Amino acid sequence: MKKILVLSLAVLAAACSSSDNSNVNTGNYDRTALMTSWADNIIVPSFENYQAKANVLSAKATAFSAAPSQQGLDELRAAWLEAYLAFQHVGIFDDPKAFELHLIEGSNTYPADVAGINSNIASGTYNLSQPVNYAREGFPALDYMLYGVGNDDAAIIDYYSGNSNARTYVADLASHIKTVADSILADWNGGYRATFIAGTGTAVSAPINQTVNNFVKNLEKDVRTPKLGIPAGLFSNGTTFPNKVEAYYRNNVSHQLLTEAITASRDFFNGKYFGSETTGPGLKGYLDAINAVRDGQNLSAVINAKYDAALAAVAQLDNSFSNQITNDNSKMLAAYQAMQQLTVYEKLDMLQALNISIDYVDGDGD
Amino acid sequence: MLQQRFHTYLNTYTDAATLAFYRIAFGLMMFFSVVRFAMNGWINKFYITPGFHFTYYGFEWVKPIGIYTYLVFIVCGISALMVAFGYRYRLGIVLFFLSFTYIELMDKTTYLNHYYFISVISFVLIFLPANVFFSADAKRKPSLFSNTVPRYTVDILKVLLAIVYFYAGLAKLNSDWLVAAMPLKIWLTGNTHLPIIGPWLGREWVAYAFSYIGAVYDLFIVFLLLNRRTRLFGFTLVVVFHLLTRILFPIGVFPYVMIISSLVFFSPQFHRKVLAFIAKLFSKGKLQPTENLQHRAVANKPLALFLSLFILIQLLFPFRYLLYPGELFWTEEGFRFSWRVMLMEKAGYIQFKVTDSTTGKTVYVNNRDYLTAFQEKQMSFQPDFILEYAHFLHDLYARKGMADPKVYAESYVALNGRLSTLYINPDVNLAKEDESFAHKTWILPFNDTITGF
Repeated sequence: MKKILVLSLAVLAAACSSSDNSNVNTGNYDRTALMTSWADNIIVPSFENYQAKANVLSAKATAFSAAPSQQGLDELRAAWLEAYLAFQHVGIFDDPKAFELHLIEGSNTYPADVAGINSNIASGTYNLSQPVNYAREGFPALDYMLYGVGNDDAAIIDYYSGNSNARTYVADLASHIKTVADSILADWNGGYRATFIAGTGTAVSAPINQTVNNFVKNLEKDVRTPKLGIPAGLFSNGTTFPNKVEAYYRNNVSHQLLTEAITASRDFFNGKYFGSETTGPGLKGYLDAINAVRDGQNLSAVINAKYDAALAAVAQLDNSFSNQITNDNSKMLAAYQAMQQLTVYEKLDMLQALNISIDYVDGDGD
Repeated sequence: MLQQRFHTYLNTYTDAATLAFYRIAFGLMMFFSVVRFAMNGWINKFYITPGFHFTYYGFEWVKPIGIYTYLVFIVCGISALMVAFGYRYRLGIVLFFLSFTYIELMDKTTYLNHYYFISVISFVLIFLPANVFFSADAKRKPSLFSNTVPRYTVDILKVLLAIVYFYAGLAKLNSDWLVAAMPLKIWLTGNTHLPIIGPWLGREWVAYAFSYIGAVYDLFIVFLLLNRRTRLFGFTLVVVFHLLTRILFPIGVFPYVMIISSLVFFSPQFHRKVLAFIAKLFSKGKLQPTENLQHRAVANKPLALFLSLFILIQLLFPFRYLLYPGELFWTEEGFRFSWRVMLMEKAGYIQFKVTDSTTGKTVYVNNRDYLTAFQEKQMSFQPDFILEYAHFLHDLYARKGMADPKVYAESYVALNGRLSTLYINPDVNLAKEDESFAHKTWILPFNDTITGF
């Protein structure tokens, strides 16, 4: 190996000159400002939007439950999609309250457990806070309840007219979504905002650390894997599962939901305010401030290019992922690969640059 | 001539208080380390909970033994106290060396330079007359008592400490450390929230200053400690340096081990004072009987030669990486056991793919189904871990009924602020590769150059 000792002097000169031209950058990033903007401009507005949509959903479900009708069904379905899209934004922030109430598992575990749903309906007794019900509640369960219980709308309305337990169940599902959303937002508007903003430490348990970890986890485990990887057969001996796509019973919005999720992730990365074109402090700004340059490019630019590539690959997909998987699974695999690249750069390069620990091990280093 | 000087040196004696002091300090520190390890719940977390363990080549048989693993730790803790008190010292230190080393060999996920250091020191302590003074043994068996010990028995501790520091310094003389201030540039920016020093840590020049000061410190601290006139200054530096690293990085007991160990460089009068203080603390009065001043702990030529050989191995072993092609930081062939302390920031992301040889059916593996977060993290950028895990996956899927499972890895590694790149040849069936001391050809080449040691 070409290892020599003599380099020291030349090195010293190089070191000095290289530090001279970048002395503008102090490498310090105002973490409090970052957390404040995340809370006030992104997270709380996202939850407010989600809560508003969950309220409409719950109201429409209650109305439909009271008197099943075509108009009621249409309105409920529209409210369901609106809330489902809003959920794609809040799934990124698994804050302590959301974690405690199982926002992610309880809202979006799919495929829905149809047998379990039917048994809940039949018995009329269930506790939607229990893990056993994760696949029997949330948006996937509503997807089944609104699109899967009959062959056409008339049959679906008939089903509810003749089944009061089912009417109660559909209202309970929506109401549970609303209750969880209410509690999380109430927590933020209560004391949590202050805790969050103050949590700029380096401990794995510090809110800044958790937020970034949750953000990456969302991309890898809540977006890439279930929306693309599992149905496309990547985790199952190559056996594809057209029935394991998100919103399987509606079957023409999995594309829309995925695009929304990736866009939400990109917006959070860039610090883009929710529902606005304004951009504030974010991971992009943080990476730029600490001069995270890779291969002569800002790491933030590398990551944004990967977001573009992932969205482009997803744009190739059919509105129905079930159809896409059946007709040409290779496009699903390509979209997965694009998401994989993005995941690598975020989970590996970004976390390394930010010096944020990936896991929850608190062992010693040396 | 040289032989003459060796003989003279061999028969030079020094105060036994130094070894006694070190024995007590080492024993107590190890006892508290073991207690701390247990209190943190790490025995369960690192050794009992995980279903799979990464083993050292040639030591695959060393594994946690279920609930009895606690016994190994209990033996380790008790033997550390035996060492500290000098009670059945030889038995104590042998038990300590064996139990401690067994613990370290159980899973290389937890490998740390300072654990290796403790194994090395405790191995050498087996052969030193550390129990002839101020010990339960010497009290029990006055014939064992000696006021003096051969000088080489103290010097060898200094040499071992010197190797750690100096080699750690040499390892820092590389272009990543000196030219790019990596990995400190990454690590320090994570601490900018600290009071007082925090605001400075994100500045680039501070990363350079820390890098250079760190290298100079490691290379020269031993010389400051050796010289009587600079010793106190040197020790002050030791304390400041290690406490600073303690604040900035999660490095456990290592700073304290080094601070206490560096006291061995002090004069025997200092060690006598400490021992006298301890004696007074337990109102034992006098430190030593006045009779019996002859050298009981006599020089032993075969032992001295054996220890010299051991030192020689210690000097050469860290350079074994020169026998391997490729970049050391990238391949890590010869990286461990070479005092490369806090030297690189490396992380990986690895996705395994297992394919049935007959049907071609493929599964993607969720590493977290079989590994802890800590194990997965360490596995993702160290080739020997990757290989061992690949074999585990092969066997696992064979048991699940797959025909001769092929194991492929899609693996990315980022090193010292470089963009992550493909690490393992994705077309190589790792199930068919075997662990050995030979170079691993399936590691993809490093597309950059790091010059230096």
